[in-house]
Amino acid sequence: MRRTGHVDVWKTATVVSATQLTPSGRSLVLDVPGWGGNLAGQHADVRLTAPDGYQAVRSYSIASADAGDRLEIAVDRVPDGEVSPFLVDAIEVGDQVEVRGPLGGWFVWRPEETEPVLLVGGGSGIVPLMAMVRAHEASGSTAPFRLVYSVRSPEDAFFAEELSAATGVEVTWIYTRRAPDGWPRPAGRLAAADLQALEAAGVEAPSVFACGPTGFVEAVADTLVTIGHDPARIKTERFGGA
Amino acid sequence: MAVFTRGFGGRAREQDDRLPPGQFLTEDFPVLSAGPTPRIDTDEWEFQIRTEAGETHRWDWDALQALQQDDITRDIHCVTRWTKLGTSWQGVSLDTLFADVESSYDFVMAHSYGGYTTNIPLEDLLDGKAWIATGFNGEPLEAEHGGPARLLIPHLYFWKSAKWVRGLVMQQDDEPGFWEQNGYHAYGDPWLEQRYS
Ligand SMILES: Cc1cc2nc3c(=O)[nH]c(=O)nc-3n(C[C@H](O)[C@H](O)[C@H](O)COP(=O)(O)OP(=O)(O)OC[C@H]3O[C@@H](n4cnc5c(N)ncnc54)[C@H](O)[C@@H]3O)c2cc1C
Repeated sequence: MRRTGHVDVWKTATVVSATQLTPSGRSLVLDVPGWGGNLAGQHADVRLTAPDGYQAVRSYSIASADAGDRLEIAVDRVPDGEVSPFLVDAIEVGDQVEVRGPLGGWFVWRPEETEPVLLVGGGSGIVPLMAMVRAHEASGSTAPFRLVYSVRSPEDAFFAEELSAATGVEVTWIYTRRAPDGWPRPAGRLAAADLQALEAAGVEAPSVFACGPTGFVEAVADTLVTIGHDPARIKTERFGGA
Repeated sequence: MAVFTRGFGGRAREQDDRLPPGQFLTEDFPVLSAGPTPRIDTDEWEFQIRTEAGETHRWDWDALQALQQDDITRDIHCVTRWTKLGTSWQGVSLDTLFADVESSYDFVMAHSYGGYTTNIPLEDLLDGKAWIATGFNGEPLEAEHGGPARLLIPHLYFWKSAKWVRGLVMQQDDEPGFWEQNGYHAYGDPWLEQRYS
């Protein structure tokens, strides 16, 4: 495991680019002198300080897994949220926040790992999985990688183009509210049959990373165990919320 | 000195002196775990305390229920920053369970169904500070919150309150448990914000 020596230190981060990903989601690239890289799957704490000294801290997974001083986060607006609407709608290039991290040594994928991997993401839960997909591609890993990505509609997918173009990962899209025209699977929540279909396609005993809102992760993990996956090989990251 | 974030106003929040630094109040009960939720039948459930002499004290579900049951009302603090005030639990005090346990060791490793571990100093478990909880708000504890039984150590961050607990092993030294090996603080005092190692 990578020992992250100075995670208790808040570092100043400057927004260097901001890209709308979906109607409710936005990617922010932060420049953080002294960051020094992170593992795929780790997260950072982001701290905002108002002029009167009031502070708010939230955790955001890191979408990038590079060695340098830049990191990318991708935030989905939670209606009535305190922090996410500010990050999605208001913050601009040149603005500053503070970050602490990288954090977390459990929900991580390392390029040395060779076993097949099944990634299951719901909504913004794609973020740490995206870092894994990118690390897998960048390292030239030959570990079989498969991603099941559940989103409400095609417009709600984060990183859709990059995922469609990615080599080395097979992506299964699950649309829960509205599927593209002519899509073979009717819109609906991820179900046991969707996950069983993967096994029929020959994905065997993979290690699993499941990430998203708490309810989504809870349902996915339960389903995987029910259809016979080894609970010891399922890692979960719950973002909170419903 | 923190940098200010231009344009960030935050939200007027209720101030409450029961909130440790960096925590916010929640009314719901978030779920955080490292993997799937284990489902353990009370018929199979067993709880053990193991000492350095190799002695094992065991309780099955009925034996646990036969012990003195406490009602516990405490604030709980999760390292992910939520705090829930005045939560109400039912369970057995660890003072009751340790009554006949002989050990000269100062530390405990809690072990859970599903493989989770967490380390705790023995003195943080005794003198009315910790319980094996089997009830929440008068109902059996749900599996997603650690049922049938979890540790409850309200004065430490909530990851120390191991869900699906199955045993405690006396330890001479303070060895890190699961989250502690993965970057979290060895002790976890919410009032000192001991979040990360
Ligand atoms: C390890 C970790 C990694 C995370 N990574 C990401 C990420 O990559 N991208 C991202 O967008 N978010 C991520 N989150 C969630 C994020 O930390 C915030 O919880 C989220 O942005 C909402 O914050 P807020 O201040 O806008 O809402 P708050 O003001 O904190 O909450 C407002 C209301 O929304 C509810 N709520 C909080 N979080 C969610 C949620 N995720 N979904 C639905 N309802 C919610 C709350 O219960 C509350 O009722 C992550 C969380 C964790 C623990």
